[in-house]
Amino acid sequence: MAELNFSISYIWPETLFFVLVLYLFAAALLEKRHPALAGNASLAVCPVAALLAMASAICTFHYDQVMFFGSYRIDGLSQFFKILVSLGFAFAALNAMRQPTLDTEKRVDYFLFLAMSAWGLTILSSAAELVTIYLALELSSYSLYILIPVRSRSRAAAEAGLKYILFGAAATAVALYGLSWIVVDQGTTYISVLATKPWTMAESPLAVMGLACFLGGLFFKLALFPFHFWCPDVYQGASNETAAFAATLPKLGAVIVLIRLAAVLKPELEITGILALLAAVSVTYGNLCALAQKDLKRMLGFSSVAHAGYILCGLVAGTAEGLAAAAFYAMAYLFMNLLCFWVVARVSQDGRNLEYDDLNGLSARSPLLALCLAAAAFSLVSLPPTVGFIGKLWLITALWGHGYDWLVIVVCVNSAIAIFYYLSLVRHAYTEDPKGTIPEGAPAGTLPGPMALADAGVFSQAGAVVLGILVVILGVLPGPVYSAVLAASRTLLP
Amino acid sequence: MTGTSPYPVLTVLTFWPLAAAFLVAFLPKDSQVRIATLVASLIECALAYPLLAFRNAPGFQFLEEAAWAPDWGLTYMMGVDGISILMIWLSLFTLPVCVLCSWTYIGKRVKEFHVCLLLMTTACVGVFAALDLVLFYVLWEALLIPMYLMIAIWGGDEKRYASIKFFLYTLAGSTVLLVAIVALRIQGGTFSIPELMKADFPFRFQYWVFLAFFLAFAIKVPMFPFHTWLPAAHVQAPSAGSVILAAVLLKMGTYGFLRFSLPMTPAASEHFAPLMIAISICSILYGGLVALGQTDIKKLIAYSSVAHMGFVTLGIFLFSKEGVQGAIFQMLNHGIITGALFCLVGAVYERSHSRDINRNLGLGKFLPYFMFFWGLFGFASFGFPGTNGFVGELLVLTAAFKFQTAVGILCIPGALLAAAYIFKVTLKMAWGEPTSVSGPSWYDLNKKEWVYLVGPAALVIYLGLAPTGLLNVITPAIEDNLASFDARKGLVAATVPAASPAPAAGVTPAALPEGLDSARAPAPGAPPGRSAAFGVAEAAPGAGAPLLSLSAVKGADHNG
Repeated sequence: MAELNFSISYIWPETLFFVLVLYLFAAALLEKRHPALAGNASLAVCPVAALLAMASAICTFHYDQVMFFGSYRIDGLSQFFKILVSLGFAFAALNAMRQPTLDTEKRVDYFLFLAMSAWGLTILSSAAELVTIYLALELSSYSLYILIPVRSRSRAAAEAGLKYILFGAAATAVALYGLSWIVVDQGTTYISVLATKPWTMAESPLAVMGLACFLGGLFFKLALFPFHFWCPDVYQGASNETAAFAATLPKLGAVIVLIRLAAVLKPELEITGILALLAAVSVTYGNLCALAQKDLKRMLGFSSVAHAGYILCGLVAGTAEGLAAAAFYAMAYLFMNLLCFWVVARVSQDGRNLEYDDLNGLSARSPLLALCLAAAAFSLVSLPPTVGFIGKLWLITALWGHGYDWLVIVVCVNSAIAIFYYLSLVRHAYTEDPKGTIPEGAPAGTLPGPMALADAGVFSQAGAVVLGILVVILGVLPGPVYSAVLAASRTLLP
Repeated sequence: MTGTSPYPVLTVLTFWPLAAAFLVAFLPKDSQVRIATLVASLIECALAYPLLAFRNAPGFQFLEEAAWAPDWGLTYMMGVDGISILMIWLSLFTLPVCVLCSWTYIGKRVKEFHVCLLLMTTACVGVFAALDLVLFYVLWEALLIPMYLMIAIWGGDEKRYASIKFFLYTLAGSTVLLVAIVALRIQGGTFSIPELMKADFPFRFQYWVFLAFFLAFAIKVPMFPFHTWLPAAHVQAPSAGSVILAAVLLKMGTYGFLRFSLPMTPAASEHFAPLMIAISICSILYGGLVALGQTDIKKLIAYSSVAHMGFVTLGIFLFSKEGVQGAIFQMLNHGIITGALFCLVGAVYERSHSRDINRNLGLGKFLPYFMFFWGLFGFASFGFPGTNGFVGELLVLTAAFKFQTAVGILCIPGALLAAAYIFKVTLKMAWGEPTSVSGPSWYDLNKKEWVYLVGPAALVIYLGLAPTGLLNVITPAIEDNLASFDARKGLVAATVPAASPAPAAGVTPAALPEGLDSARAPAPGAPPGRSAAFGVAEAAPGAGAPLLSLSAVKGADHNG
């Protein structure tokens, strides 16, 4: 373990993102002299680099290496999450290419921080030591602190940014404090060593308290109850495109760390019982609150609180199957949320927040966007044949029989609560007629309604269709992906 | 045990409508869409030709199997037996009827409508053919989405209320079904339906799985306390939606009871049978009484569905050959008759733009052919001798009287009520004083209506006069299922106390296998190990007690 064991071939995805960050930094410096650097052609480097990073992560999927004296692991899980982060970043960057509420002079900087956050997440995917984890987590978070308030002339965005920073700083401080307790009690920060130590209240109370605090920091990123307060406000305040990023990728980071820590969290421990409870409360509370929302992004915020609870179920199971299910569900979460936000961002042509009524008549204006929105909504509520359903099926199958059967029932019954508000998306898109007047200067044939100019161009539809196909295909043929994730999880929890 | 086919017939039947839906989605004109869907539906029926090679034998035929997600034990597995093949035929022939009866009824968003129709057919055929629990569940749920859209987009004035209610009700039931599926997977080690149908589970496990099944299927059927979504959905849905709802969707619930509850949880089925019989009788009487009070024709037929489906569930839970025969016969009958009645309601609605009985009076004079068909299906609906309804009802009633005179007698008012409400509406529609709205300007049945009404009418007569062919198809499967059921219904319960370290006082294993003694109360005797594996089991003693009191219905067994 105590070797450097460095080879550039292990860390291509991280390196690519690092190069991307350097490029964007240079572009930000030279932008005044060479305005072309802020153009679409220049920024198209972002998705391209991300796709390259994804390809390199796929090629290195079978690696199993420990680097940097045991603090950095290249294995199936890390590569799986790097694939997800890269792909997610590619879509988030494409999504942000057309951002009506982003001032032109801030464009390059915006993408710089976006890339930096994704870079931090790729490092986080491989971090196997608590301090490394902490550093990578902060690298990805600091960029978000800057991204969220960047929405032109919006006080809500400033408020959201402030909330995120204050909550985030507090959560970070608590996590760091917890980390120090773990070090004091167990004498190490390497997860592989920590896994061999006792984690009961009776034997190492300090470490258990420390772990609880450290998990608190992670749960803040994941927006799990009761660390979720920032989530709806930040989604609502941030621009649609930023929210699409903040809602998806940082959650992946939290999930990978939780999966790494799963070696420590055995099902019979007190702390696992608390996790199960948090999962149940989070799922129920998130869904109930989402019922009452009118603003789509707020609704998605609460829905993500519920989904954080679902993901936690896989960790509570404490088996390789459970971890694989959690990783798979994280993927499902990524795609269905990206798809949902993609449609929201495209429909909101002027960049304002949407309410349900703004979706009225979408199926007539843009049948493809409406269809993809329906796929995302049904996937979020875990109706077949979508990736959300198969992900949840695996979560609850893995969970059943490990002493948390009640949690399975809570999770399933929650589908019945959630269906109402997700169904509203479909209902408004398909069955309600658009109200309002035709805006002046609109081309002939434009339908009435406040969102009459929904972007139904090729770019908008192509992105939605690609994500929609992912959501459906992975739901119908999940076998290969799941097998790969399961094999990767078995190396963590045999 | 196999019927053979030159191509994987069940897969083709399931996915051809899906492929057709893709093709239809690219057609520009409404008229093309209608014709293409009709052609696709006829191709679908023609593709089913190999199914005619079905051999009247127990067991599954036309088996197809492929790996799906082997790491989690998911298999793509399809097959039919004597029970499901009828439901598949029913689903297949419902499609062209639906296309034809929507030909002029549906005026807006024609393309989406037909895509929905085709998607529904995929789900319907697939549900009855699926032999893997997850595959079954996927298709079972997938049906909700097009059905929801059909009510929500092309429905009547209160479509929003009706569609959401439909979705919420049925989804709520299915969520528990999913839990049961997961529990069966962990306990039984497989998602394969044929294997689980042979598995022996501990009673406590069966108890909860049965309840989960019950909730899902009883909502779908719908049985008495869970029926309120049905009238709303039926009334608001367009004709084709009502036809599919009545002909196929409701059958999924009773099919579920036959395919899952009886074979997988035999001891619990036996245990809950008195409750099920009671609820079925409630459905029959309540449905009939409420139907009698309706002024909306569609609502009347919707409530009559509740009553008819009550006969089906009654037949199933009598556990006798005649009972189950009658139940399956009645499932098919109800599909044909009620489907046709909804077509007729749609047809008259197109003429009068009202479903109120009082605005559709005196049609006998202007629409004699229409009234002929109405009369035929109406009579079949209440079981007039010579129609198929008679055969099904007679079988169920025979089984009920054989089982216990009291149960049989309780069903008689149900049969009377059916005659009463059908006569009430038919007399008014045929000979009532025509109002200013109805009149000679209405045209009688057109060619399309003739085409889609003659088929069901012929079946009504044919099955009524010569039911043997159909009974031959279903009987081997029924006998097989019932033999397996009888062999296992007592076994498991008997093993429960034996496996328990501390058997409950007064419960001796020998006392258990016979019938449904009150000594069967399983709760105290359940092994602690099982309740740990099945987290919620602790609540059982409380929940079990009131249910057992309902065994009074059957408790009179000792007297007679």
